[in-house]
Parts: sequence; structure tokens; C-alpha cells
Amino acid sequence: METNLKAQSGIEKHLGLSGEHYSIEKDSDDLWDDSRVIVNIGPTHPAMHGALRMIAQLNGETIEKSYVEFGFTHRAKEKLGENRTYHQFIVYTDRLNYCSALLNNVTYAMSVERLMGIQVPDRCTWLRMAVCEISRVMDHLVCLGINAVDIGAFSFFLYGFHEREEAYTLVEKLCGARLTTSYTRIGGLMHDAPAGWEDQVKAWVKKTRKTLDEMDKLLTGNKIWVQRTVGISVFSKEDCLRYSYSGPVARASGIDIDLRRDQPMMFYDKVEFDVPIAQNGDVFDRYLVRMEEIRQSLNIIQQCMERIKPGPIWADDKRTRIPEKDLVHNTMEGLIYHFKFFMTGFDVPEGEAYTQMEAANGELAFYIVSKGGPKAHRMRIRGPSVYHFQGLCEMVQGEKIADMVAALGSINVIAGELDR
Amino acid sequence: MNAELDTFDLIAMGLKIAVVVVMLLQVVPIMVWVERRGSALLQNRLGPNRIGPLGLFQSLVDAVKMMTKEDRATGHVNPFYYRLAPLVSLLPAFLTFAAIPFASHITMGDKTVQFQIADLNVGLLYILSVTSLSVYGIIMGSWASNNKYSMLGGLRSTAQMISYELSMGLAIIGIVMIFGSIQMGDIATAQGATLIQLGPIAIPKWGVFLQPLGFIIFLICTYAETNRLPFDLPEGESEIVAGYHLEYYSMMFGMFMMAEYINMTVASAFVTTLYFGGWQLLPGMTFLLTHSGLEGMNFEWARVALEAISFVLKVAFFMWLFVWVRWTIPRFRYDQVMHLGWKVLLPLSLLNILITGFLIYLKVL
Repeated sequence: METNLKAQSGIEKHLGLSGEHYSIEKDSDDLWDDSRVIVNIGPTHPAMHGALRMIAQLNGETIEKSYVEFGFTHRAKEKLGENRTYHQFIVYTDRLNYCSALLNNVTYAMSVERLMGIQVPDRCTWLRMAVCEISRVMDHLVCLGINAVDIGAFSFFLYGFHEREEAYTLVEKLCGARLTTSYTRIGGLMHDAPAGWEDQVKAWVKKTRKTLDEMDKLLTGNKIWVQRTVGISVFSKEDCLRYSYSGPVARASGIDIDLRRDQPMMFYDKVEFDVPIAQNGDVFDRYLVRMEEIRQSLNIIQQCMERIKPGPIWADDKRTRIPEKDLVHNTMEGLIYHFKFFMTGFDVPEGEAYTQMEAANGELAFYIVSKGGPKAHRMRIRGPSVYHFQGLCEMVQGEKIADMVAALGSINVIAGELDR
Repeated sequence: MNAELDTFDLIAMGLKIAVVVVMLLQVVPIMVWVERRGSALLQNRLGPNRIGPLGLFQSLVDAVKMMTKEDRATGHVNPFYYRLAPLVSLLPAFLTFAAIPFASHITMGDKTVQFQIADLNVGLLYILSVTSLSVYGIIMGSWASNNKYSMLGGLRSTAQMISYELSMGLAIIGIVMIFGSIQMGDIATAQGATLIQLGPIAIPKWGVFLQPLGFIIFLICTYAETNRLPFDLPEGESEIVAGYHLEYYSMMFGMFMMAEYINMTVASAFVTTLYFGGWQLLPGMTFLLTHSGLEGMNFEWARVALEAISFVLKVAFFMWLFVWVRWTIPRFRYDQVMHLGWKVLLPLSLLNILITGFLIYLKVL
């Protein structure tokens, strides 16, 4: 027992419990002084999505105090960005928010292109937009599903998961991988979409719309679901601003921001879509906002697929163009160029750029400082989960353990994005 | 009950006990299969389909796996209570079934054999008291595990069982008032009468028609008593990991799981006996009997067989309902469970008693 106490002393210091004198105010329904339990939720807890940790002091089942800890999946992504060439870093972006790897790929490619002043052709942009929205749908479906699983509605999760798997099959047709896609290249894409891909996407959009309606019917009006989510873990507009929240969580609290609409990149200004806003900032509103966002994303995908036209997918820029395999295998110059391209990379002019994009969870951004040469001088990644996770303690203060699980699911903290 | 038992009675009793115990043990693998295939059906999946026809032998393979796993207690548990707890939770589940009739009776020579292990004159009270024993297994397990999450699960389970047992008992009072007996055999027999004759269709005097409100309250309490969704808070795998059986593995966990499924069976049988006429024939079966010439004293076996089939079908329906509900709706929060139990179900069950009493006073029932 003594070793146990010693091990906990660090925790108690954090929670303001110093030695024998607990600095917590007594409440009237506390029958025994030591009735409080400190539980360690995570990093290996079924409700913690990825290696997250929360240490909570419970009074009965109510969380009196808590603090969150992260860093369990830290892989020094940003430092790697400074030690790899721009081309080599693409694969690392997959592992940021692994639920929507394509969004990371696209955002990264855009930020490097911005530094280099490259304009990608139309077809490439439409394809990138489509895959962005597909991955947003996948991310939201997982987030909603897992949130429902944590609250005990398992079937809802699998309804959505089925469509997500179908979407992964579409992604697989593009780049051969399901989860870690690495689809974009600086100034282009890995491959063009295969013939007939547009029609398959359209069919998938139609099917997913139907599934969404079914999911809506299953859960949205369900009394237990409403009881479990309405008024739970409320985060007001002011709280959201204080913690730099963005994305669906901020929109659920009534903050009308969406970078796709406010700072349109790609062709977002050429498509029609609505930005759903809710007012209460509770778990239910986050659920509703995400549901509606999926529908809007499906609309965007539909429009992309209708307007996409055959054409080149590579920017007309010699610096970043990966040589065709035909040239590599059959000409000496091509082989040398290919070797040089992958071994030393391409030079990016001096300068710095902060490129943000509305990712599934919020504002995802790459801040790249280049001092010339094939590697970045500083690669800073802004992952929305970092900001969301910090607010969790305040969000669940005074609520039950079960609410904490619901809250964590609703802000959708992805460990890969949290610890970069 | 006759105090003097001769050889025939003893053999009959032994056979009945053997049949009930074996059936209850068989229910577990079958229900695990139904649960997995049923959830797959509800979720557009296939479910286990590799071992045996339709994956039926999957449960057997799982049982072998559980039994052959290493069985040792981790260092920090209290070994005696830790090992005792699964037994304590499993035993009451079996005991309860003793008072439930699964068919009427058959005459053999000058003896009458009841298809019930013990037609106790305090049947209802016996069942209620024995089912409430099962909470001891859960508390014991959670306490002996010496784990905070287990402890939380145990506490949740205690509070939940106590709260819902109250409403459950009060809901049954209505049935007792109407049938004037707490003997399970009597209650099942009394439900054979006709309530209303609507042309060719006779509505039987089943509990559910006389006590619709009581039935709903009772059904909800059953879910809470068996720790099934939406009341599976003692387990609550996403909140308190696995609750009371967090520290259990191999067959010790298997016994907790068996207890859950056997409890489900017993609860379904209980609902059937109280509200759905127990072994009373399903609609159409009487017609079948009269028109196939299997009537009369000589063909009692046919009647008994059909009664047993009716009972099993009714129980099976309620077991399926358990699975259906589990995969459809989310879980309550702990305080909401308490709220529902004390502030909604308890007043409603009291109201039910009041209405029933009033109707009996008016001689409507």
C-alpha cells in the first residue's frame, strides 16, 4: 500500500491534495473524509480513443477534479518534418489524424505548393476537394459512431461504419491504400482516378444519404439518447473562444466559422453548401452539427463529381514533377532525374507560409518556414485536437463519469493529431 | 406437496431436475449464438458463420477456450471471495427455475406428475428472494477484485437491484390480487380461463390483458435485474471498463456470463408465467388438438408436449426481445436509472395496485 501512496503523490500534488490535508472544500453529502476515489482513466481505457489519459477525483460517480495528460503517442512529427525532404514528409501526414488521412495529405500539399507558388490544374483540385470531403464524411461517421458506442448504441455505429468501409474502398481505388493514403504529391496527385470512379462515388453518395436517414431515425429522437446528450458537457461560445476551439465543436456552440466558406481555397467558392450552426454547445448539438455536415459534404462531393472533367493532374512545373516511369526505365536522363528527385528532393524558395484548412475536427494548419533547400527549417502543425483536449477537464467538471465518456467522444480527440 | 415420496416420485423428481438443469445449461451457448447472430442480423453483418452450420458450434469452441485457459487469481485480489463470487452469482439463477411450471400435469397410473420441480405455496416470494441473492455474487466479486472500477460496478449493481426489486415486487402485487394466489402453478392454471369471447376469438385471461401497466413495469424491471441494456451499468464497458467482472478471466468470467444468460432465461420464464399464461396453449393449438383426434385422457402426452412447446416459444420470444433491445437503444446514465426507478416506476406500480384494487372492488376483474 505504501508504494501505492507514493506513486499517487504526484497526482495528488496536481489535484491540490497535499499530504494529509486535503485542500478540497467539504460538501454536506460527504459522509466520510476519504470517500473520494482517484481513478486513472486511460491510457488503456476502452473509452479513451487512442492513448489519452485522464486522472479524475470522484465523489461517488461525480468528477470533482480532473486533469488530462497526453504525449503517449508522441513521434516527433514536427522534428521529422525538418529532417525529411518535402516529398518524404507526405507519408508522415497520414499519421496525423488517421481517421481522415486524405485531408492531411491535401493540406500539406497545398501548403508546400503555396510556398513554391505552384498552381495545380483543375482536375487535380476537383479530385482533391472530393477526397477531402470523402474523408470528412468518414471522420464524422467514425466520430458519431464511436460516440454512440460509448453511450451504448452499438448498432448505430455499425450502420455508419459500413458506409465508411465503402468509402475506404473508393479511396483504395484511387491510391491502393485504405488508411494511410499518401495520395497527394507536391504539385499533383499520385494517380488519376480510375475510369468510372466518378459514377461509383455518386452511387456511394446516394447510398450514404439513405443510411444517414436511417441513422437519424434510429437515434436522433430516441429518448434515452436525448437524455444522455442534451445539456451534457456544455461548452459556451466564450469557453470555446478561450480554448481556441474550431470545427464542428465550435459551430455547435454557436460560433459561425468555417474556413471552407470564410477563406475559400481550392474550388470551395464554386460549390454550394451550408454551414450548420447550433447554439447550446452540448453533446447533442455536436452530434446534430456533425450529422448535418455529413449531408453537406455529400452535397459537395456530388457537385465535384458532376463538374470534374478529364485533364492533367500534374502542375506544369519541372521542379516537382515526378518523371513518368516510361522515361525512368528507358532513358538515362530520366533515371538520373528520378534518382536525384527521390534522394535529394527539390528546393523550396525561402519564405514562410501558414496554410490552414477546415479539417474534419477543426482548423488544421501547416506553418512551414523555408530557408531554401529541400528540407523545411521549421515545420509546425496545428492539430485541432490539442485545443479540444485541453478543454475537456473544464467541460466535464462536476459531471458523471459516463458524461465524460460522452464528452470525449463528441469532441473527437484523435491521438495521432494530439501528439504529433 | 406430499410429504411421503416413494420411488416413482423420486425418479420423476430426479428426471425433472436433470431436464431443467441441462436445459438451462444448454441455453447459454444457444443464447450466445442467438445474441451474436441476432446482432449481426440487426447490423447488416454476418456474425459467426465458420464453425458448424450457421456458426452454431462457435459457442462450444468458445466454451472449450474458456475452460482451457489458465485459471489463476492476480496478486492483489482476495482469492477466497474472488473464486467464490462466480458460484454465488450462478447458483441463484438455477435455483429460481425450480418454482416455474413448464407444462401442466400428466397422469401415470394412479399418480399425477406436475411439470414443475416444486410447486411451492410461496412460489412468488421464493423467486423474488432467490433472484435478489444474485446481487451478492456481483458485490462479492467486485469487492474481492480490489479494483476501483470493479467497486464502482458493484456499487452500481447493488443500488440498481435494490431500486428495481421494489417496483418489480409491487408490479406483481396486481397479479397476486387478481389470481388470489402466490403459487406459480395456480397462477399459470388460472390464466387458462377466457376473459372475453369476441366471436370465434377467445381472449384468454392472461396477465398481460388484465395488467398491461403492471406488465410494462415488470418488463422494465426485468431488464434492470438482469443487467441488460439499457441497464447494463454494472458492466458499462465504455465507462467503468467491465465493472464487476473486470478482474475475471477464463471460466470464472465464463460463469458470470452464464449467470447473465441463465438469469435472462429465468426472467423470461417468469414474465411468461405471470403475464403470458405460462404453459397455456398458444392460439390455434387447441384447434390442432381437437382436430387431430389427440383429445382425451389417453392422449395427455400430446397436450403436455404442446404445452411445453408453447412455454418454450413464449420464453424464446422474450429472450429474443432481450437481444433486440440490447442492440437497439443506448444506455442510461446512472442517476437516470435511479430517477426512473424511484420517481417513475415506483409511483406507477403503486398506482397500478390502486387501480387494480378499485377494479376488483367494482367486481370488474
